[in-house]
Amino acid sequence: MTTRWFGAPVQRVEDDRLLRGHGRFTDDIDGGALECCFVRSPYAHARITSIDVAAAREVRGVVAVYTAADLPFGGVDLPLLIPHPNLTHGRTQRCLASEVVRYAGEAVAFVVAESRYVAEDAAELVHVEYEALPVVITPEAAARAENLVHDDVPGNVAAEMLQEVGDVAAALAVAPHRKTLHFRYERGAASPMEGRAVWARWSEAERKLTVYDSTQSPTSIRGGLAVLFGLPESSVEVIAPDVGGGFGPKIMLFYPDELLVPFAAMQLGRPVKWTEDRQEHFTAVNQERGQVHEVEVGFDDEGRVLALGDDFIHDGGAYTPYGIILPIITAAQVPGPYRIPSYRVRFRDVYTNATPTSPYRGAGRPHACFVMERTLDAIAAELSLDRVEVRRRNLIQPDQFPYDVGVAWQDGNTVVYDSGNYPELLDRALEKLGPRPPGDHVGMGLAIYVEGTGVGPYEGAHVQVLVSGKVIAATGIPSQGQAHATVWAQVVADELGVDVKDVEVTSGDTRRFSWGVGTFASRGAVTAGNAMHIAARMVATKAKHIAADHLEANADDLELVDGRVRVKGSPDRGIPLGAVAVLSNPVRYAFGGGTEAATQFAGKPRPGPPLQDGEQPGLEATGYYSPPGSTWASGCHAAYVRVDPKTFRLEILKYVVVHDCGRVINPLVLQGQIEGGVAQGIGGAFYERLAYDADGQLRNASFMEFLIPYATEIPPIEIDHIETPSPLNPLGVKGAGEAGVIPVGAVIASAIDEALGIPITEMPLSPLRLFELTR
Amino acid sequence: MRVNGVAHPPPQDPRRLLSDHLRHDLGLTGTHVGCEHGVCGCCTVLLDGAAVRSCLMLAVQAEGHEVTTVEGLARDDGPLHAVQQAFHECHGLQCGFCTPGFVMSVVGLLAQHPNPTAQEIEEGIAGNLCRCTGYASIRRAVARAAELSAQ
Amino acid sequence: MKPPPFEYHAPTSVNEVCALLGSLDDPKILAGGQSLIPLLNFRLARPRHLVDINRVEGLDRIYERDGGIAVQALVRQSVIEDSELVARVCPLLSDAVRLVAHRVIRNRGTVCGSIAHADPASELPAVLLALGGSVVAHSARSQRVIPAGELFAGMFETSLEPQELLAEAWFPAFAGKHAIFEESRRHGDFALAGVVRADKELALFGVASTPVLADPHDPTRGLEPSGDIEASPEFRLHLVKVLTERAFAA
Repeated sequence: MTTRWFGAPVQRVEDDRLLRGHGRFTDDIDGGALECCFVRSPYAHARITSIDVAAAREVRGVVAVYTAADLPFGGVDLPLLIPHPNLTHGRTQRCLASEVVRYAGEAVAFVVAESRYVAEDAAELVHVEYEALPVVITPEAAARAENLVHDDVPGNVAAEMLQEVGDVAAALAVAPHRKTLHFRYERGAASPMEGRAVWARWSEAERKLTVYDSTQSPTSIRGGLAVLFGLPESSVEVIAPDVGGGFGPKIMLFYPDELLVPFAAMQLGRPVKWTEDRQEHFTAVNQERGQVHEVEVGFDDEGRVLALGDDFIHDGGAYTPYGIILPIITAAQVPGPYRIPSYRVRFRDVYTNATPTSPYRGAGRPHACFVMERTLDAIAAELSLDRVEVRRRNLIQPDQFPYDVGVAWQDGNTVVYDSGNYPELLDRALEKLGPRPPGDHVGMGLAIYVEGTGVGPYEGAHVQVLVSGKVIAATGIPSQGQAHATVWAQVVADELGVDVKDVEVTSGDTRRFSWGVGTFASRGAVTAGNAMHIAARMVATKAKHIAADHLEANADDLELVDGRVRVKGSPDRGIPLGAVAVLSNPVRYAFGGGTEAATQFAGKPRPGPPLQDGEQPGLEATGYYSPPGSTWASGCHAAYVRVDPKTFRLEILKYVVVHDCGRVINPLVLQGQIEGGVAQGIGGAFYERLAYDADGQLRNASFMEFLIPYATEIPPIEIDHIETPSPLNPLGVKGAGEAGVIPVGAVIASAIDEALGIPITEMPLSPLRLFELTR
Repeated sequence: MRVNGVAHPPPQDPRRLLSDHLRHDLGLTGTHVGCEHGVCGCCTVLLDGAAVRSCLMLAVQAEGHEVTTVEGLARDDGPLHAVQQAFHECHGLQCGFCTPGFVMSVVGLLAQHPNPTAQEIEEGIAGNLCRCTGYASIRRAVARAAELSAQ
Repeated sequence: MKPPPFEYHAPTSVNEVCALLGSLDDPKILAGGQSLIPLLNFRLARPRHLVDINRVEGLDRIYERDGGIAVQALVRQSVIEDSELVARVCPLLSDAVRLVAHRVIRNRGTVCGSIAHADPASELPAVLLALGGSVVAHSARSQRVIPAGELFAGMFETSLEPQELLAEAWFPAFAGKHAIFEESRRHGDFALAGVVRADKELALFGVASTPVLADPHDPTRGLEPSGDIEASPEFRLHLVKVLTERAFAA
């Protein structure tokens, strides 16, 4: 193996087709598909008293209109993806509502027509009678429970969970100082540039269902469709083609369309495609929203935290298809990189009449980081100590790993940090940040975070050397822009001693690889990357074994370099990998491509059968990596901002990131991930928010009013890295996908707090909010 | 209308958006649709050499005009256009969905300002949304594209 | 989001446009489309007839007359942006057009369209008002001049009759002290509040149902702006004061 590619800023192999406009996103796929449109509830909470689709069915060009009554699975609740013992009152919706709707945007009918234009015309003619019911909006209102979202869920509480490490009450009682703090953190809509889309075709002749889906988990969709339609898994293929951004909402699985589109394709005998539009994306696609935290902290004169109690309410939305992963992550990540001797966290996941919530890049960690960082700033302010110094005094030290935080993690284990160097992150960030710029209303913001990455259960990879010498590799998890094909090609190319351009990676296609979990939670490089490494190593071992025979050498004396297997020290004694692939498959009939070398009269016979016991033909292997636990990345962000005291415009003067994701496979890709994450963080801190009114209507369901930053709003970011390799996986890598976004809210809040001299305890902010806060 | 130099008849339905006509009637799926209200820029094409939002034009309005889409910048078997090449070199794309819109906007920008200042670059890319890159690599790509175009 | 059905007309002369406007039930002019087509896509506008004026010949000129600049109905905002004539004769207009959305929108959007659309947060109506300009409205029967002060009737409403085409906008030549400032959330967004100064004249936009003239010494007098998710009435009043101060500082 070589180390030529690992750590190199290899330019992406994905780019050429995408740049030429030859990408293949789900809506690009035609195949004569019918197009669809949903009828969605305009009410956040209502009883449906009648649905009349007769007029819609009459529209020329309409092929079918479905309501719940038309579906064999109309009365079936959609899957609750992640059950949990504390989720005592989990609820999921049905494909199409027929009795009660619980969020504006909930699907009620599904129109299939010759074109989306016609489908929208027909959808307008579907007449639904609603009886409005009281609406519950905001987690506070949900917790007060004057009205219920689900009649059978008392107090609107889907789940409650309490964890404690140490004894917070006792520690608070004797703490020299105590403070109570209240925080509110709202997130928003992930808004990938490509919305969701599903295309399906049923082939009666082959008895095969083929689905293209802009999803982050084709393997899960395949499994679910097989179960729902009573088909063997081998009859269902799901492919995530090019996907234009995921960021979390596409790991929410079994949206109604993911069942309805294949169902319609099977019923109607024609391919069917549904592509959402931007407006419906805002209500029909899962979001991440707010949490309200009550914090009690006890600390000493030096600013060391002695005890921290956090009681928070999490806005779960109208249903809980994704379980309680978000608040579990928040609860687990509040302590962050700090020693908290006694920590108690209780959360209630409550229902509201709004779109269901599930992970959006960061997944509960931004809330946690904000809580901890603002608490430390409050401690510093109380004691008139330097914010940086207070952090130093509380940081976990490099010699304290593995560090067991003691609370539950999202993979069923407890939170144990495997490696890291948090003081160095802080030092480097401050060095990079440099001196404060001159001028008024300038503030500094700072935040340090940890991130549990690379969760299991596992991923797998298949690697094969073809007789041409080219390598193909496949894994189950799809890409949404993270350059998986390049990064994994680097891993494989190193192991097999080939050029990265000679490794072609397929991902997210169950036809090529059907086992695996999905792309989410910053796990792709760790899980699939290590699986690629393991599979490629198995192939390399086999290649040496076969070549050893052929070269009459010892397998241990062989190396794979430049596409050949050769004897170390005698580079002329070697055999191309492609030839080894030929030899790996003993054939009777040569069919060209060098296969004559593998026929029975060629070469030297060796004793025993052509395929020995346990051997398989082909220079290929399938490997799996199942992590024992998460591996913990970390980082420190620091910034200077200026706030205009009259217009309350935010100007970010300098923003630095020092990041640790273990060993870095491709620094170019990593840089892109961080820059993109920080931009989403800035958007979430000062521009984007979901403006629900008291009736549960989203007032800004468009890009005109939901303010994703343009380039003009995002400053250049300076990035530096340290590497504390992960001891948990062969490659020593940690995940990096969410790093950019996690602490940004905390940083901006901290900086604005200092710039304006007002306490900031909420996110997001805006000029209007700052105007109000300074009145 | 001519699209990438090839003549095509307009669609029958006057309400067919140019973006849909290009993608679904002409099979040129390189132009993407992100919002259909003119904000995201994914649908940007050139109309007689100037960047426009194809989601904000009726296809019939393009009759008599020259439309250039991303597919028209380089031959299938030929090298990438300078702007495309620059985006590749600078890691200016991740998921690739906003990319054709950016590329066409930058082609339009460089036609207007062959040697753009940093401010002109900022103005030139200010109308396109990207959710993946955070724009830093795109800024670098535009500067590189200007360099490559000058060669 | 796709437009609802409509009848489409593409006249090639002003007379034809006016004849159609006079005879059709519920016609809507399509010029740049940058404001109208989003409304169609959202199905917030459902005109029975769309009269596309883009094929009308001779309606895309900028020329000097009567001590000012006439801008015909099909002049794109980008053409104004690039026009040396406008930069010389009426630099305030040059400055203002640069604030309209982004270049790509300005490549299609028209000056007259922006004025006829009368979005209370848009820049060009306020510039017309501050400068004391006017528009020329054509109908099948006649044509008339409407001064800016009589043109803007309400939110998205002008005093144009349904059968009238806004054929030309006229901006007086102006080389005196001028400024246009606006506060928006992102670059190119609609203004939360904006001010236009032309010497001693002050016009405000984004803070009332139409652009309004105001007293530079007491710009918020009588103003009752509405509130939305990005700006409360109080914040708008505050911004008016801040921007007015900035506009008259030089």
